[in-house]
Amino acid sequence: MAIDAAEVRRIAQLAKLELPEDAVPRVAEQLSGILALAATLDELDLAGCEPAQMAPDDAEQRADVVGGRTLDAATATSGAAESEDGFFLVPPVVENLEP
Amino acid sequence: MSASSTTWRLSARELAARVRARELTPVAAAESGWDGPALAWERDVHAVAHTDLEMRHAAAEAAPLDGPLAGVPVLLKDNLCTTDFATTCCSRILAGWQSPYDATVVTRLRRAGAVIVGKGNMDEFAMGSSTEYSCYGPTRNPFDLERVPGGSSGGPAAAVAYGLVPLALGSDTGGSVRQPAAFCGVFGLKPTYGRLSRYGLVAFGSSLDQVGLFARHAGDIALAFATLAGPDPFDATTRPAAAPDVAAWDAGVKGMRFGWPANLWADGVDAEIVTGLERAAAALERAGAVRVPLTFRPGKYGVAAYYLVATAEASSNLARFDGIRYGPRGASPDVAAMYTRTRTEGFGPEVQRRILLGTYALSAGYYDAYYLKAQRVRTLIRREFAASFAQCDFLLLPATPSLPFRLGEKTSDPVAMYLSDLFTIGANLAGIPGLSVPMGRSSSGLPIGVQLLGPEDGEPALLRAGRVLETDGDPARLAREHTTEFAWPGRR
Repeated sequence: MAIDAAEVRRIAQLAKLELPEDAVPRVAEQLSGILALAATLDELDLAGCEPAQMAPDDAEQRADVVGGRTLDAATATSGAAESEDGFFLVPPVVENLEP
Repeated sequence: MSASSTTWRLSARELAARVRARELTPVAAAESGWDGPALAWERDVHAVAHTDLEMRHAAAEAAPLDGPLAGVPVLLKDNLCTTDFATTCCSRILAGWQSPYDATVVTRLRRAGAVIVGKGNMDEFAMGSSTEYSCYGPTRNPFDLERVPGGSSGGPAAAVAYGLVPLALGSDTGGSVRQPAAFCGVFGLKPTYGRLSRYGLVAFGSSLDQVGLFARHAGDIALAFATLAGPDPFDATTRPAAAPDVAAWDAGVKGMRFGWPANLWADGVDAEIVTGLERAAAALERAGAVRVPLTFRPGKYGVAAYYLVATAEASSNLARFDGIRYGPRGASPDVAAMYTRTRTEGFGPEVQRRILLGTYALSAGYYDAYYLKAQRVRTLIRREFAASFAQCDFLLLPATPSLPFRLGEKTSDPVAMYLSDLFTIGANLAGIPGLSVPMGRSSSGLPIGVQLLGPEDGEPALLRAGRVLETDGDPARLAREHTTEFAWPGRR
């Protein structure tokens, strides 16, 4: 299945990436080439093949084991571009509304 | 107590033994690579992304003297979190980022006496097969500077090959340990999925990622595996049972059966690699193993399934890099534009390409057709491996279809680059272990690697076979002599 330029722009928007307009045709061609490879999977008989799962069966039971060790807020935010008092700082999400 | 001019050539086992016997200090052991010819070579090869003399000394002085890896210098791929060296995944989006914790494998290394000497170069976020997609520039193959060392763990592989360190850690999502090991003429182990903790390994494809090991000797791989493998409460995907015992890594292969799926290399594989396979098979037979001819489904289906699963998981995992929690932020007055600017400026072209593909494969209307189908193919591949392991203890097959290729040769054609993972991807899809073993050099002096694949927890058999090939294989190969005495190829 080929991907066209409009589809590339839509995916880029979903992925929060901005592609230069002159790069869009090349990306569309490359993604189409990869999807052509993916289309070879249609040649396989997958009857009786459930989707694979990789986690061990008892994974959920183990979450409580780690309860005692965690990072404090100051340490956890120390690698952020902007932080204050153990909080991540972000640009305003909504307009500042006057009362 | 000081290092001699040849200390850098020692195996990890021998180096640790000398430190435990107080014949060497950890500082002398850890610095032996840097004191050897490595400094000049590193300038050309560029295997290391981050290191620092004072930090290396501090780590060596803090190392326990009696551990199994006492004083052994270890280079880590730059996607394993460390509290001393920066962790950047060789990406601008994590420039200068300092992890607040050590990865579990790093904690276990330090506890065993190992000295972390720095971070190895890699393809950005482990996405690549040539180490050309690093924001710090490419690593070059120590056997031929015009060729790639493989990837994505090309830095750690090259550093072990030229003698900077006897042991290095990488990560293997689709072959990123085994392929560079083959290209650089060293051993490279991808353990069974869940055998080495992924806690503190920056995630790429979570159901495929596995921390892997590089060394010049099978015994050093066994030593590191025994030190690092086992359950970790911080990684719920680690296998709960104890890791398989690899203490008998030197016990030979008498009576073992190895699968020989010759249809896989009937065409499209370099003739000198096929010759290497024949040499390996003959060595195993001389040691008492039995060859079992098998037929395997072509690897192209694995490549197709892999690039859907891996990119889908990558697009999800890399959504966290948005300028808020890690690394630098793209300047913007509103939060939505900040996300986009940070990611656009921070991710390189291959990472962006894979995020786009993964986003597409997971988007509304395509999930069943791509991601879910790929996961079903994965089940098919796992069954095929299970059926083959009912007939043999391990499989012998190529690690790569070609010898190391030239820098720039495949960067403009992603599908050609992806197909260089043809023989390694199956192990990640099935969660089984794989070991790259060096089998001498080609007529042009390039390393030839072969690959051994085993069933889940099959590491002991792989290491025994690897050891047989180390001692009974081609005597000309680098790994046996564990030196880099080959004539240095023309400098840049």
